[in-house]
Amino acid sequence: MGKFKNKKREMGAISTASLPDIVFMLLFFFMVATVLRTEEEMVKVVRPEASEIYKIEKKHLIRYINIGPPQDKRYGTEPVIQLNDQFADVAQIRDWVENERLTLAEAEQTKMWVSMKVDQDTKMGVVTDVKQELRKASALKVLYSANSRERTN
Amino acid sequence: MADIAFLLLIFWLVTTTIDSDEGVKRQLPPPVPPDMEEQDVKDGDVYNVRTNFRDELLVEKEVLSIDQLKDGAKDFLIATGTGLLHPERPNVELADKNMKYPERQWVRKAELVVLEQSLLAAGQDKRAEKVQEKLKAIELFGGDYRELPGSALISLQTDRNTSYDLYLQVQNELEAAVNELRDELALAKFNESYASLEERYGRTKQESLLDKIKAVRLVYPQRISEAEPRDASQGYY
Repeated sequence: MGKFKNKKREMGAISTASLPDIVFMLLFFFMVATVLRTEEEMVKVVRPEASEIYKIEKKHLIRYINIGPPQDKRYGTEPVIQLNDQFADVAQIRDWVENERLTLAEAEQTKMWVSMKVDQDTKMGVVTDVKQELRKASALKVLYSANSRERTN
Repeated sequence: MADIAFLLLIFWLVTTTIDSDEGVKRQLPPPVPPDMEEQDVKDGDVYNVRTNFRDELLVEKEVLSIDQLKDGAKDFLIATGTGLLHPERPNVELADKNMKYPERQWVRKAELVVLEQSLLAAGQDKRAEKVQEKLKAIELFGGDYRELPGSALISLQTDRNTSYDLYLQVQNELEAAVNELRDELALAKFNESYASLEERYGRTKQESLLDKIKAVRLVYPQRISEAEPRDASQGYY
């Protein structure tokens, strides 16, 4: 029995010298993994989830339409359309598409994507109107922005 | 040192959002010319999906829940042929006895070869190319297949008061149905899922991969059409 020793060993303090390195690594990870928000979101958008996700590689080809209830309650609670940094009307979409198209290089103008960031509780009426306008403006490539999830069963 | 790094880290954490540009992609149909006539379609050729203001689904005159939709669409689309997985349509119990499936038409090698020759002789290269694509598909599958008739499609009609979430789920399930069928076929024939074929083609631009992709697409085309919007407040279904 005498073979078991009950001697307690002193533990040395853990060196914190590598802490800055770890934190810096985290910092760099976040710097690389995140995109700075380019435009202010004026509407609240809770994105729906979908499994058949497509990711656009060429980000400069994407233009955004946000639809959802305004962040600022003073503008009401009904879903509104946001183009660039402004609230907009359905009728303005065609002009907006034309203008945005001109910001692209000529060879890429037909490749423009319109990403629709729509709040999941929005009624389809607004969305349908926007889609009809996009069709009239011949902006036919549409991405319904969604978070990815697993395919069901 | 660590404090400064922490401050920086927290600053980045607060000011940035992981903004991903991903979602369900869709090609909208071009605007309809005003003088276009409505086309007659055979009853079985259209898979009707409707959603109403209470976020309910009516699929082929039958109320379905969203997780039944994918299997329903797969039954509608499934392809048969000697070169494919199912020589005959698998026996599925139809909920509605009146419901019909589109009649897929045979694409036979013997007929295509003759057609190709006559088209080439007539100088119709564009059409001949289409035929050659089909021949290539038959060669890749190792047998004839049946194609969907031109008028067969999945039609989606949404009420203005349907929620966007349900709309996207429906789009998603319909696309999942096509993708699953494509994956199944590609896995059986080429030992590789369709998604991985597309992904590899995107990177390498290999011609042989494109042929396989085209072949799978010929059998399972993605034909989801959205009906012209209609104010459904008159007459709820």
